[in-house]
Amino acid sequence: MKEIDELVIPGDARYAESHEWARLEGEDVRIGINDYAQDQLGDIVFVELPEVGDTLEKGEEFGTVESVKAVSELYMPLGGEIVAINVDLEDTPEMVNQEPYEGGWMILVRPSDQDDWDDLMTKKTYLDFLKGE
Amino acid sequence: MMKPLGATGLIMNEPLLWEGGKKGRRGFSMPARDVESFPLKSDILGEGPDFPDLSEVDVIRHYTRLSQWNFGIDAGMYPLGSCTMKYNPKINEKLAALPGFASAHPLLPPLLSQGTLELMFDLENYLAEITGMDAVTLQPAAGAHGELTGMLLIHAYHKEQGSSRSKIIVPDTAHGTNPASAALCGFRPVPVKSNEKGVLSPEAVREIMDEETAGIMITNPNTLGLFEENIVEIAKIVHAKGGLVYGDGANMNAIMGIVDMGKIGFDIMHLNLHKTFSTPHGGGGPGSGPLCVKSHLEPFLPAPRVIEKKGKFFLSDEFPHSIGKVHAFYGNFGVMVKAYSYIRTMGPSLKRASQLAVLNANYIKETLKGTYDLPYDRPCMHECVFSDRLQEPQKVTTLDIAKRLMDYGFHPPTIYFPLVVHGAIMIEPTETESKEDIDRFVEALKTIAKEAEETPELLLKAPRNCKVTRLDETMAARKPCLAG
Amino acid sequence: MRFLPHTDEDVASMLRAVGLKDMDSLFSTIPSDCRRKEDLNLPEALSEWELTDRMNKLASSVAVFPEHRVFIGAGSYEHFIPESVFHLLSRSEFVTSYTPYQPEMSQGTLQAIYEYQTLAARLLGMDVANASLYDGATALAEALLMALRITKKKKVVLSSLIHPLYRRVVRTYLGPSGVAIEELPYGKDGKTDLSSIDGMEDCAALAIQSPNFFGSIENLREAAELAHGNKALLITAFTEPLAYALIKNPGGEGADIACGEAQSLGIPRSFGGPGLGMFAASTKHVRNMPGRLVGKTLDRDGKPGFVLTLATREQHIRREKATSNICTNNSLCALASTMYMASLGGTGIRELARLNYDKSEYLKGQLKRAGFPIPFTGPTFNEFIVEFPEGFESTYKQLLKQKIVAGLPLAPWYPELYNHYLLCVTETASKDDLDALVREVKS
Repeated sequence: MKEIDELVIPGDARYAESHEWARLEGEDVRIGINDYAQDQLGDIVFVELPEVGDTLEKGEEFGTVESVKAVSELYMPLGGEIVAINVDLEDTPEMVNQEPYEGGWMILVRPSDQDDWDDLMTKKTYLDFLKGE
Repeated sequence: MMKPLGATGLIMNEPLLWEGGKKGRRGFSMPARDVESFPLKSDILGEGPDFPDLSEVDVIRHYTRLSQWNFGIDAGMYPLGSCTMKYNPKINEKLAALPGFASAHPLLPPLLSQGTLELMFDLENYLAEITGMDAVTLQPAAGAHGELTGMLLIHAYHKEQGSSRSKIIVPDTAHGTNPASAALCGFRPVPVKSNEKGVLSPEAVREIMDEETAGIMITNPNTLGLFEENIVEIAKIVHAKGGLVYGDGANMNAIMGIVDMGKIGFDIMHLNLHKTFSTPHGGGGPGSGPLCVKSHLEPFLPAPRVIEKKGKFFLSDEFPHSIGKVHAFYGNFGVMVKAYSYIRTMGPSLKRASQLAVLNANYIKETLKGTYDLPYDRPCMHECVFSDRLQEPQKVTTLDIAKRLMDYGFHPPTIYFPLVVHGAIMIEPTETESKEDIDRFVEALKTIAKEAEETPELLLKAPRNCKVTRLDETMAARKPCLAG
Repeated sequence: MRFLPHTDEDVASMLRAVGLKDMDSLFSTIPSDCRRKEDLNLPEALSEWELTDRMNKLASSVAVFPEHRVFIGAGSYEHFIPESVFHLLSRSEFVTSYTPYQPEMSQGTLQAIYEYQTLAARLLGMDVANASLYDGATALAEALLMALRITKKKKVVLSSLIHPLYRRVVRTYLGPSGVAIEELPYGKDGKTDLSSIDGMEDCAALAIQSPNFFGSIENLREAAELAHGNKALLITAFTEPLAYALIKNPGGEGADIACGEAQSLGIPRSFGGPGLGMFAASTKHVRNMPGRLVGKTLDRDGKPGFVLTLATREQHIRREKATSNICTNNSLCALASTMYMASLGGTGIRELARLNYDKSEYLKGQLKRAGFPIPFTGPTFNEFIVEFPEGFESTYKQLLKQKIVAGLPLAPWYPELYNHYLLCVTETASKDDLDALVREVKS
């Protein structure tokens, strides 16, 4: 397990308490799980994602991520419609471990409420949150 | 120091079944054909399965070699917490194989199957006596199956009362089958935390018990190896709001002849014949999970039930409130025979078995504490729970300790369960392990603790004495290869 | 007591180490209101010899082959089991071992179960088989629950020619969930009447057994078209899988899930249990399958090995969200069936199935010639229905005294078929046995 100062937490993304990251890309928001989450889970073997077109609220479960010995639910950091999912994860779930912020992205969302974005934590706030945990 | 138990020796490699054999070989004595061949329409005729053709020698060698790669109780100790891996008496195997039992068709007219029906009837009575309950069903084929049946009974009971209850209280120390069984029946499991002594407190239960809760599932002794000392009061709290108390009887081996489960408030409980009652585990089954109930739940038991009329035994379906059926026939009769034989062999000295099981566990607890972290330093029942906290500085985990134990000739204890202890190591020796075997086990664990400090690679690379080294479980889960 | 090794000396020494004065103080944490007041009221312990005597008496009162000829199948079949299978099964490494959660010391069980999964999948014509469930009835219940999970629909359709006891188990399992269950009647040909389905749009699955309870072979292809046309799964149940060595298998006919009882394959009847719940499905549904799965992988030295895998479906990880609560697989029974299938071989199992079919056809023909109607004319495997004349019950009772059980009366299960009997003929019945049966029922 990595120590907190070993974690890769990019500044251009925001974070949820359940360790998802979110990055603004024009109108949409790309979402995945961060370095802390993938490190804690260990080798990821399977990712279950929603369908394109589903509309989910902030905090709602959008899927699950499985390692050999554990399952974790994934929660929407903000509410909106799923406009794309990363189909590559079906064959190569290990991308979540290897490139949590690039090839390991999970869903692309068209947000329904702009305020949700402001509620998410910046890098600094998130790291403080982790240290407090 | 004792000579280590685990050693290497010549075992054989053996390919997969279909990698051997030759077309035309046969390991089966085909009966002579004494009737002519009848036509079969081509739209029904299939091609038959792609099976290898093997001689009897091929088959015998194949499985004999495979067996060499396995550990078993007959080879050494399995200190698996909550599994009760006690010795499997050989006479039980022979008796279960008697033709009158092994070849019996379940749908024979009852007067032609008196022996099997009488055995079931007697076994039900023995189990009722041992648990202190009133009536028993032998239909469930395993512990989890018994739990499901129990949940179905609880559901039926409340339905009959006209109350619809959607929740069941499940302690944080519960076995995974508990919430899974509850959920299968449509109940929502509501968790309750154990207190700092490792048991449930009445206040915690009182806080969440309401009229929408169907009941509570309690394992007693619990999975920390501790007796739920507040059980009487907890049962009263649950009953006061109309709920039922379900007992997971997996740990019955600690209390036979000592505790009256019916008296302390359990309405319904299951037993595991393949744990407490010595029937073999067979590498994962078959088991048997009878369900024992108090009389107010008797009408709901699965049917048919064995009844006695003028000294003869029959199967009766005359139970209008029965939940129905959970097994095609009557349960795992072949397993019941073994449990019956065990009970007839032990008689009332089942109590001594429990006493010795508890003595063995406490002895391990006392001799191992200090070497490994003991989260609950209290008298335990038939099992005790340690953790890997003291080994953390060496970056050695419970998993590494477990794998290294194999090299010493022991099956590892239960690991990472119960979930309330981080890195849990749950040890249940059972009463059939002698003092010398236990001393040897404790010594092995002490040696491993020393290795963890001085030469941790020995643990991290373990096991080295087995047929294979640690396996890539990630690859197995990412790219499942489930058939050849 | 030969299973309790402790001597008085051992006990004294251990009590000293624990700091207690006697056995009773081991239980000090148990409040007195929880303690039993009396000793266990059980019969006194029997010696090995007394016990054997008692059990011999009980066992000898049961009517079994070869003294009796029992012509009943109905979910439990009499087949010859090679001595080599019994011998191998008695090896302690198989019998006394635990579930292979520690794979390094359980490679024997794991490879054997992987082989079982493979042979089961090949027999049924499916992609993946699990490590087995309890029995055919619970396997069917689990299959329906799986279909409900996958399709997220709330209704299932069952053939009324699925074993009556299986249907009872299904109703018990599905009861609390409020799932609607529709049953399809049967036609004059002894097969399920697929035309009478109300509407299948909201159905998760269509379940049909083949050979069915009457022994008749169903039209699975038609059932598959009907199910798939309505976006439902086809579940094929079975009680006699030996049939698939001869007739078309469920996978080839379009089944999404094939599940049933495999006791026929090398497992003694044992008064109905333990049996073997054989369960297989398509690869695309594997993560929704209940039960254990053994997978092939490599160890750290690159050597091939086997492990339990996809465990995140199971109760010990997923807890209330598990695909099932099941914790057991009938491992030793699965092992027995693999040993049996291995002993028979591909060529042998087909020959054996043929022999079963032919002997059954022979009896059918002889009974017809003797004037007993065979009401359902469609093809059957090793079971079929015969109509005996009014008042046959007394003949049936007479035959019991002559150690012949002339089939299973259908009236308790299908009241409209009183005087109809379900007869089963396997390779264990010789031509002489069959001729004797015909002779006796005629007289």
